Amino acid sequence: MLSDWRPTCSVEHLRLRAQVLADIRKFFAERSVLEVETPLLSHGIGTDPQLEFFTTEYCLAPRKQTLFLQTSPEFAMKRLLAAGSGSIYQIAKAFRNGESGRFHNPEFTLLEWYHVGFKLPDLMDECADLIAVLFSHRRPLMETQSFSYQEIFQRCTGLDPLEFSYRQYCAYALDNQLPEALDICGHDHAVWLDFIFSHKVQPYLGQNALCMVYGYPVCQSSLARINAHNPLITDRVELFIDGVELGNGYFELADAKEQSERFDKEMDIRRQRNLSVSVKDERLVAALQAGLPECSGMAIGLDRLLMLLSDSASIDDVLGFPIDRA
Amino acid sequence: MASYSTNEFKAGLKVMLDGDPCAIIENEFVKPGKGQAFNRVKIRNLKTGRVIERTFKSGESLEGADVVDVEMQYLYNDGEYRHFMVPDTFEQYQADDKAVGEAKNWLKDQDLCTVTLWNDVPLSVTPANFVELAITETDPGVRGDTSGGGGKPATLETGAVVRVPLFVQIGEVVKVDTRTGEYVSRVKD
Repeated sequence: MLSDWRPTCSVEHLRLRAQVLADIRKFFAERSVLEVETPLLSHGIGTDPQLEFFTTEYCLAPRKQTLFLQTSPEFAMKRLLAAGSGSIYQIAKAFRNGESGRFHNPEFTLLEWYHVGFKLPDLMDECADLIAVLFSHRRPLMETQSFSYQEIFQRCTGLDPLEFSYRQYCAYALDNQLPEALDICGHDHAVWLDFIFSHKVQPYLGQNALCMVYGYPVCQSSLARINAHNPLITDRVELFIDGVELGNGYFELADAKEQSERFDKEMDIRRQRNLSVSVKDERLVAALQAGLPECSGMAIGLDRLLMLLSDSASIDDVLGFPIDRA
Repeated sequence: MASYSTNEFKAGLKVMLDGDPCAIIENEFVKPGKGQAFNRVKIRNLKTGRVIERTFKSGESLEGADVVDVEMQYLYNDGEYRHFMVPDTFEQYQADDKAVGEAKNWLKDQDLCTVTLWNDVPLSVTPANFVELAITETDPGVRGDTSGGGGKPATLETGAVVRVPLFVQIGEVVKVDTRTGEYVSRVKD
């Protein structure tokens, strides 16, 4: 008899998920952040060359349309913000094609929120508060740490992440038994940073504590604003606990023209790399033109949060039905 | 031989890496939310037995290695090669000392073992988990001692030396765990 009809997670973890969702809703209700829902299916999709999406077909005879499953609810939520929603949050499914592993399932749950009037430091404080509320009575953490990307990268590797020295980066890889980095990264600064950060920095971040890393190099900016004082960095923050990447946040880019240019640039890269063609979300660009209020936003992988709360080794331990059993 | 993408790297898969046949032990998908996806792979070189870690860009692929495990009967040692036979087909293979490795301590004529073939040539030999071998040499123990504490070295018919309890004598057959090289029990006729 087939046994794979069963969920991979325990009933105890189903309860944990329900309790954590209730705690999150209480947290944001107390802060007057509004819960919203946005579509999972949309006409436009993110252009990030590092994210692959699911494509589906909408049939309303005689018409057929291509729709995408969202890789995050970001664009639709920003349209709500531009329309005057005020601060909002959402607990939503997101889909990323080809991502499967101990920390990845192609369909997963995001907690995403935008706080109007917040700059990056305010958002970081709010993240620390939320994590404290969720962890305090389940798994008390040590004091929250925060480092600039440059500071922690330099401390762990001795390399400057803001200035690309091919020679020094290669020497570092060879000294650390990572000769394959030379082939993989070539002369691409962003890939070098991803490689070295994920091998030699991230595993040591936030041992039994929340660790926030802010001020990412400009080549890793995505939808963050360039820092007002230092053009080499962006107002982007990432959250780590026990070396696990838990969330990503920005002081949101509100400049429609710059956003549109970044989309075009990324779509060019997608074409060069022969990746599936994405469709620029013109409605987001229009919303930014209408005016996005100054705000900061954060997205947290809820399944990973549950893994950390329950000391689970694999995302399958907190999902009812991961992709193989879906 | 087919090639395998990083997504197909499962524990036990045999692939070619730097010209050597290897077995995947562990494969971890590493992807920063906004960055390049990698696979960190733990891999055993089947020639040297060494375990290394190697990172691949997700989606890269490696050629499969023609490596199979075949149960064979150990026949004899001609001084240079040890000879094995597949019981069903009577097909014979010869393996040099390098391929036989530590297994030489536990191979007795007629015993079954697992021979790993790479491109139809023996790459390594794994003895059965438990083997029964006669003792050819050991100090006489104290009669009546059945406590088993302490023990003494004993040489087996294959030349291997294991620690046995004091009461075990020359000529007796003992059962040995080949994974640990430890004495398990006496074998009564």
